[in-house]
Amino acid sequence: MVSDLLPVTAKGAVVRKGGKTILGPIDLAISGKGTTIVMGPNGSGKTTLLRLLHGLDRARDGSVSWNGAREDAHAAQAFIFQTPKMMRRSVLDNIAYPLRVRGASRKQARIKAEDWATRIGLGDALNRDAQALSGGERQKLALARALVTEPAILFLDEPTTNLDGGSTREIEDILSQALDTGTRLIMATHDIGQARRLADEVIFIHRGTMSAHQRATAFFEAPASQSAAAYLRGDIVE
Amino acid sequence: MNDLWRGLSEAVRLIVSLDAALIEIVLRSLQVTVSAVLIASLIGLPLGALIAVNRFRFRRATIALLNALMGLPPVVVGLIVYILLSRSGPFGVLGLLFTPTAMIIAQVIIITPLIASIAHQAIRDLWAEYHDLLISLNTTKRQRMATLIWDSRRSLLTASLAGFGRAIGEVGAIMIVGGNIDHVTRVLTTAIALETGKGDFGLALGLGFILIALAIVINLTIHTISQTERGGRW
Repeated sequence: MVSDLLPVTAKGAVVRKGGKTILGPIDLAISGKGTTIVMGPNGSGKTTLLRLLHGLDRARDGSVSWNGAREDAHAAQAFIFQTPKMMRRSVLDNIAYPLRVRGASRKQARIKAEDWATRIGLGDALNRDAQALSGGERQKLALARALVTEPAILFLDEPTTNLDGGSTREIEDILSQALDTGTRLIMATHDIGQARRLADEVIFIHRGTMSAHQRATAFFEAPASQSAAAYLRGDIVE
Repeated sequence: MNDLWRGLSEAVRLIVSLDAALIEIVLRSLQVTVSAVLIASLIGLPLGALIAVNRFRFRRATIALLNALMGLPPVVVGLIVYILLSRSGPFGVLGLLFTPTAMIIAQVIIITPLIASIAHQAIRDLWAEYHDLLISLNTTKRQRMATLIWDSRRSLLTASLAGFGRAIGEVGAIMIVGGNIDHVTRVLTTAIALETGKGDFGLALGLGFILIALAIVINLTIHTISQTERGGRW
């Protein structure tokens, strides 16, 4: 399924907001399996790159294309936001929602949603109000809501930034299970440790442009740009 | 002060004695207003969602117009509906003038902009919250509207109740199109106007207190029902 959609290619893609260029021009191709980690300091454009690839932000110049129709590609993707968006519904109905949107019956959707809630450890919170969940629980719910549609590609925008070690480990465990079933991960983080744990390849973004795109082993040994090297050393990169 | 006490005791007397005329006009008030609120909500709530979710050319103008129409003068609405429904008017053949249906039509016109405007406000706020998620999940416009209406149902209930409040206390329009005919179109507000005109302040006040009590009871009932049904989920 993954091979159907990839590679995703950006050609000279530029995103502007309020008259300012916040990303680009970006030339990039992502293919293969595994996890692509997007790294860079705050405000460098990681989120915008993910939103651009997913189709939430449009390229003002240049283009982003998937292998196949845009609609088909979008339908096979899911996106996890840095601040999880909780719908004003129960945990169960939040997870069931993407299935309902795709035309599943309420009963079917709930059965599958319950299965996923149990898998991610929210099995005894099914009927709780999603908006009353803690930060870690919210992010888990968002993961379940994304994975319940079995996406070919999952975007994650700093999913563990506001979480403690335990919750981060739980999230990473769920992600590695998703990888095992063939889901392709594209994830932004500024946690270097997490990048080392998860990355198969790394994209480094600095001031809106891509300064490195390498296999993970190569990146951590010899990053292709000075800013990336400084970032990995722990220097303050602005 | 004396008149107020007399009004209060009159209200108590009417209620305790289950006055047949009183019950009739209370039921007719409720019949007209509840019908109007249901119809206006069926129009106004989706309209609010439509305006919140869609980008179209005269969107700002539409919102401004809707807000302006919230202050529609009932007497003018009554007059226009009267002309439309009168025998020589375009809908004269329907024979609706001086019937409860005519009163419902007038009230729907008065409260639909109010309900739509409050609904738009509530749904717009929720749309700002849900926007990225619903786009990311590949929802259709229809699905977005349905989701937003359902998830903001509590605010929308307030919108409908605001419409109820305006309609139940309205007198200008329904007096004109209903005619305040005894046993046919007389409701609480028009009865109060009539008794005041006759100088029977005690009865007028009594009916007035019953009207206020009715509005409070309906609001409390609806809030109680909706809360016990859904618990903390709301």
